[in-house]
Amino acid sequence: MEDLKRTPLYDEHVALGAKMVSFAGWEMPVQYSGIIEEHRAVRERVGIFDVCHMSEFRLFGFEAKDALQRIVTNDLDKVDALGHALYTVMCDEDGGIVDDLIVYHTGDLEYLVIANAANHDTDWDWISSHVPDTVEAVDESDRTGLIAVQGPDALRVIAELAGDGFEPPARFTIAEARLGGIPVLLARTGYTGEDGVEVVCHASNAVAIWRLLLSFPEVQPCGLGARDTLRLEMGYALYGSDMDRGVDPISAGLGWTVALDKGDFIGRDAIARIRQEGPKRRLVGLVVEDGVPRHGYPVLHGATEVGKVASGTFSPSLRTGIATAYVPVELSSLGTELGVAIRRKVSRAVVVKPPFVTGTSLSKTAS
Amino acid sequence: MYPSDLKYDREHEWVRLDGDVATIGITDYAQDQLGEVVYVDLPSVGDEVSAGESFGEIESVKSVSELFSPVSGEVVEVNAALADAPETVNASPYEDGWMIKVRVADPATALDGLMSAEEYEAFVSEEA
Repeated sequence: MEDLKRTPLYDEHVALGAKMVSFAGWEMPVQYSGIIEEHRAVRERVGIFDVCHMSEFRLFGFEAKDALQRIVTNDLDKVDALGHALYTVMCDEDGGIVDDLIVYHTGDLEYLVIANAANHDTDWDWISSHVPDTVEAVDESDRTGLIAVQGPDALRVIAELAGDGFEPPARFTIAEARLGGIPVLLARTGYTGEDGVEVVCHASNAVAIWRLLLSFPEVQPCGLGARDTLRLEMGYALYGSDMDRGVDPISAGLGWTVALDKGDFIGRDAIARIRQEGPKRRLVGLVVEDGVPRHGYPVLHGATEVGKVASGTFSPSLRTGIATAYVPVELSSLGTELGVAIRRKVSRAVVVKPPFVTGTSLSKTAS
Repeated sequence: MYPSDLKYDREHEWVRLDGDVATIGITDYAQDQLGEVVYVDLPSVGDEVSAGESFGEIESVKSVSELFSPVSGEVVEVNAALADAPETVNASPYEDGWMIKVRVADPATALDGLMSAEEYEAFVSEEA
């Protein structure tokens, strides 16, 4: 795996006995003690994830907001207040999704974009080629560390490290803080369905923060395996599985991130047309009776193949198979009975509306 | 390290012969490699299985593997408890985590060609 990139936390993972795998050009931990155990730790207590591989871009300048408005589908007016964060996608002229990302309004005239590791080069080319020279765009991925701290006890752990007088940032906002004296940004965002933060820091401080977090006995290091089961239980889309350049945000169930009335942006006409005509296919959730559905498995209606599994896994919380799949709109209504071909057998599958799992700590947090 | 009363195949199944009935499961090494087992797909009573051929599948969160039968014969019993508690394979691979029982035609030769515990241990250490 010598060609793979390593995060600043690589040696920590190896020392913890993590099973390392190749992911999007990075050598990443897929699990430490076990995916289900790590999954449960996040649902019940607190888990931490190395997400240093993700991309961070910073845009600064008087025209930074207008430039980003043209790039992303959601409306940055929603995050005019400093510290506010916005989930959005960015699309090409045909409405195809280039990536999904979170835009944080980190300062006056300044925005921080956090996007998928797998799309780093594409995203950077796309963003830097679509901002005017008056906007300073900086790729800060290499020098930025990112650690997700997620679970019902996450904020208590963060508060202990942050010290007296700490006020956690509100849901979907970002704020400066110090953890054990180290300056960080705390983003009250995540990808697990649990309450918690994502700690943005200088890459050189990632190890110190990781160790501070692990000094709490209730904190479980978690790998990409649990990250995937946690996010899929919530129905959170994963780029490359649930969406890609070949699909538009309406079909992907991300129509709520598209603000057609905000003014022009890349892909607006194409997306407006799809919204008006209605998508032909739609991403649905499936609860699968037997076996574990996985990416690419055929989805059947009767004996006819009508789609393929986009994301699929075993849900540790529900103890059953769950999946997402693009199916024809006429087969996308809740309760529709479909099948998933799991090698020799066809397992019954029922269309449901994600999240698959409800009642998590996040759902109890006011947004 | 591996129970000496069992025989082993190269696909990491074990077999225990009582009279003409062979009990089959996967080894501790196999369950450890797989990680937490979440689904076991087994044949039905009355099905025929053949030595060296797939008789079912076992899935962890991240992967799926075929189960290969170390012997040939008719399935006479299936561990139904694994449907609700597949993680038993992790907790007790040689006892409660057994998978199927197969009636073999000739108990005298049914285990020919399989490995002893010592041979299997050497085989695993080469593979690791």
